[in-house]
Amino acid sequence: MSRTAQRHLLTIDDLGVEGVQRILRLTDSFVEVSERRIPKVPVLRGRTVAWLFYEDSTRTRLSFETAAKRLSADSMNFSVGSSAVNKGESLRDTVQTIEAMGVDAIVVRHKSAGAPKQITQWLDASVINAGDGWHAHPTQALLDCYTLRARLGGIDGRRIAIVGDIKHSRVARSNIAAFTALGAEVVLVAPPTLLPPSLVPFDVTVSHSIDEVIGEVDVVYLLRMQLERMHEALVPSLREYTATYGLTAARARRLGPDTVVMHPGPMNRGVEVAADVPQMPNAVVTDQVRNGVAVRMAVLFDLLATEADPVFGDDGEETDA
Amino acid sequence: MPELVIKGGRVIDRLGERVVDVAIEDGRVVGVGPDLEGDRVLDAGGCVVSPGFVDLHTHLREPGNEEAETIESGSRAAVLGGFTALVAMPNTTPTIDDASVVREVLALGRESLVDLYTSAAITMGRKGDTLAPMAELTDLGVRIFTDDGNGVQDVRLMRRAMEYATGLGVTLAQHCEVEALSAGGFMHEGEWSSRLGIPGQPAEAEELMVMRDIALSRLTGCRIHFQHLSTAGSVEMVRAARDAGVGVTAEATTHHFTLTDAACADYDTVYKVHPPLRTDADVAAVRAGLGDGSIDAIATDHAPHSPEAKERPFDSAPPGMLGLETALGLALTELDLPLNEVIGALSWKPAAIAGIETTHGADIVDGSPANLTVFDPAHTWTVDPDDLASRSRNTPYAGRQLVGKVRHTVVSGEAVVIDGGAQR
Repeated sequence: MSRTAQRHLLTIDDLGVEGVQRILRLTDSFVEVSERRIPKVPVLRGRTVAWLFYEDSTRTRLSFETAAKRLSADSMNFSVGSSAVNKGESLRDTVQTIEAMGVDAIVVRHKSAGAPKQITQWLDASVINAGDGWHAHPTQALLDCYTLRARLGGIDGRRIAIVGDIKHSRVARSNIAAFTALGAEVVLVAPPTLLPPSLVPFDVTVSHSIDEVIGEVDVVYLLRMQLERMHEALVPSLREYTATYGLTAARARRLGPDTVVMHPGPMNRGVEVAADVPQMPNAVVTDQVRNGVAVRMAVLFDLLATEADPVFGDDGEETDA
Repeated sequence: MPELVIKGGRVIDRLGERVVDVAIEDGRVVGVGPDLEGDRVLDAGGCVVSPGFVDLHTHLREPGNEEAETIESGSRAAVLGGFTALVAMPNTTPTIDDASVVREVLALGRESLVDLYTSAAITMGRKGDTLAPMAELTDLGVRIFTDDGNGVQDVRLMRRAMEYATGLGVTLAQHCEVEALSAGGFMHEGEWSSRLGIPGQPAEAEELMVMRDIALSRLTGCRIHFQHLSTAGSVEMVRAARDAGVGVTAEATTHHFTLTDAACADYDTVYKVHPPLRTDADVAAVRAGLGDGSIDAIATDHAPHSPEAKERPFDSAPPGMLGLETALGLALTELDLPLNEVIGALSWKPAAIAGIETTHGADIVDGSPANLTVFDPAHTWTVDPDDLASRSRNTPYAGRQLVGKVRHTVVSGEAVVIDGGAQR
């Protein structure tokens, strides 16, 4: 089934609408697995997944590791900090070394845009992009879509504001692609310094006023404001950023009762979001994290399972994927 | 009887076009006319015989990075591409900024297949702090000074360098890039950089320095040569400056009139180059600049890199691409210009900028130096990186079909390329 159709997961665009919908359908099944008393299925027994994280990550890596364990895959961790990479080994040599140990997939996070794409030319294993530079973070977008779909019943026709540092955000790029692919209308809310230099590639509108937008949208998606941005003269100060673009308590009170608040984490409470907003009933931040595991199970399964693999092991039924 | 005769070609130079034989003896043309005889005959049937090509912008990597290229391997690539003279860039290790390095490079050049000239750095170590010993290096034959790879950022230092250069009669060549705007950028800033998430460099980073140096040229009277112009705004400013009588010249590379930033779509580092590949509109402007003479010369910016160096992420791979062996084919295939204008941009115009117009690019008449290129303008071929003479393989044109190929190259009377093969 899927293995030959889609060998890597690099971007939402590569996946396409069909692919996104396939993953979301699969995720339903794995959410069910995650709710079992023993949340584990043997579908990827004997498969090996390697983690290759060139950039620090706690939540994404834990989420992938949990997903792999629940699918009974073996995993190995290539710790960049203590490896030959720090002795000047090239990207190509590193990934070929890992592959030689016998892996079926490599989950890569890299500070450089495009590194996962480059790796695909040197490997037979599947490559999963766990975030590359400012470029893409497709599993984050998939878990966000899943979370929104569960909350709102659907994404088509919804208005979604993505607020904050779009320019430097792989989460924003992947979410723009995923939300618009599923029929949502996306408005970017940011000062001009935090927008990409060109908006031509993106099917979005832009606003420089969060106050004009928050009353009219179904979703407010807040991005992390990196503390170093003010040193690059992108904003005068974090205080001014919070005053003009932060989801303050006062702004949160103006949200519609059904307006969903999202954040990919880690949050800077008091900067892009007021301290108590994530605890509001509208906020789905913990749902995002929870669904992340099931989405990543779906992604690993989609790439690594073969025709012969029963989807749910001994007692399971086949999925429609 | 003369040593060598080139028979049956269309001779094209500034004097015009005629079908004649060219006889060569002791490094000079000794006869131009019908039915000449020689000890050795180079058939030029169906070919153009032109003054030798001159590349104003070649990175030969020696000394310091001989894994990527040597003066010898680069010179072989040059003559196979029809170049009889090169101006080597000074960003070697050590930098070409003192007499000992200039002497070493020129000595290696004398053993090579091409007539090698070298530029030298404007500032010591190309660091932009203190001037290199320009008078001493001028005495050794340096005619072009450049910090290529870096523009001279300090406007006061650039003014002094230009004033000092006027006393020496040399040309300063500038890599135009205001680093405060370009730093941290790895491709053209625009639609594609936004899509790919690669930090960009705006066109204005180049244009601001072009604007500044036009002003400084007006102030100092120093000739300034703009290297590898890549933006429509730069071309327009150079055009206006020339119209106003300011002493500026300019070159464009083959890749800046052939490729756009869309080529970076797959993060293939072979397309990473500085200045970066720009937009369709910029490519059109560069072509127009070559067409109306606002841009004098076609240069290669031949920049070899080993495969390991390019097998890095896009942001950390070194910039640069090969160019010597594909320049003529690209110029003839991509530019809609008459043959004599393409030859002028490859030969006599860059020769004049390099200050070597009496030895290269000269009209083909009795007594002129025998630096000649014979090429078949209709020969169709496909670029295969493995066939290149360069030590490196970083050509962005692998698999591309080009029309126009060098058949013979004569350097100082020696046929160093015969029927497309290097003779040593």
